[in-house]
Amino acid sequence: MSLKDRVADILGKDLVALNEFRGDLCIEVPKGRIVQVLAKLKEEGGFDFLSDLFGVDNLDLYAKAAKKKKKSQEESEDTGETKGKESVQPRFEVIYLLLSLSTNERLQVMVRVPEDDLELPTVTGLWKAANWPEREVFDMFGIRFKGHPNLRRLLMWDEFQDHPLRKDYPLEGKGEERHLNYDIA
Amino acid sequence: MKFQAIQGEGWLLTKAEQLINWGRSRSPWPFPYGTACCGIELMCALASGYDMARFGAERVAFTPRQCDVLIEAGTITKKMVPVLKRIYAQMAEPKWVIAVGACACSGGVFRTYSTQQGIGSVIPVDIYIPGCPPRPEGILYALLKLIDKIEADHPLYKQRPKLIEALEAYK
Ligand code: SF4
Repeated sequence: MSLKDRVADILGKDLVALNEFRGDLCIEVPKGRIVQVLAKLKEEGGFDFLSDLFGVDNLDLYAKAAKKKKKSQEESEDTGETKGKESVQPRFEVIYLLLSLSTNERLQVMVRVPEDDLELPTVTGLWKAANWPEREVFDMFGIRFKGHPNLRRLLMWDEFQDHPLRKDYPLEGKGEERHLNYDIA
Repeated sequence: MKFQAIQGEGWLLTKAEQLINWGRSRSPWPFPYGTACCGIELMCALASGYDMARFGAERVAFTPRQCDVLIEAGTITKKMVPVLKRIYAQMAEPKWVIAVGACACSGGVFRTYSTQQGIGSVIPVDIYIPGCPPRPEGILYALLKLIDKIEADHPLYKQRPKLIEALEAYK
């Protein structure tokens, strides 16, 4: 049984999309079920190792689609027709890279996070290794992980306000500076 | 009697200055502040192949209290800036700073939100070395330049009003 079939078998209707590209299997799962899905993959699929966890900001990709949708909606309001129902994908993605140490198989699990609900449940309960990557995703994209034991910034300093890997944050920054108040007499 | 030696370009003052400068320029103990890849070149310059100790940088001081030259080799992130400032503040006078490499001089290739665009805006820098990274010869050349600079200094001249005051009080 190929990995594809096995994953489809394990997940059942939690599988939103499945995409195979040059031997890499990427699956999409619903946002609310992410912990259950990963637990199932860990228990039944044998994916016992979380090699990485990261975020993606698809601002440019979906800005166009959102514009198009708005336009077609306006048109349909004008004409009274109901078209332009195609949904716009949420802006952010969080991707979990899993590895099975016994069979040496890899799997990408992707979950889409909309801009107006930037919260995911933490998976630190399944893999302790998720602790720092989740902090990094919070630092860089502002996605909060509910239940995380220590959700503070990992790379930028604590007083930093923005989330710099978002595509609408300027590369050169907004002139933030770090100040510490040492007692230098 | 006036104290000519102190008021004019007197013999005592210039000779004392020469003595002080001789001592300072022959022992610029470095503080190796290597934060990125330039630090590797600095290690190379300090090690036996290039042997920076030939020029008096004999003892690498891993505490800012015991060093004269802060050699800043590598990228300084904005998160690191307060640390750099603090280390500079902890160094005892007289102190000098060498900025090694494009990153320390200007931010280099990292024109980003997280990188300080040159340490010159944070602490006073005496010598800038260009290059990404500069070769160990570049670092040695900078040290020689710094030695020239120290030798051309007038450590007592700046103190002249204080010295005159002290001598007048003594008289
Ligand atoms: S100047 Fe070049 S070699 Fe030196 S720290 Fe920067 S990137 Fe590295």
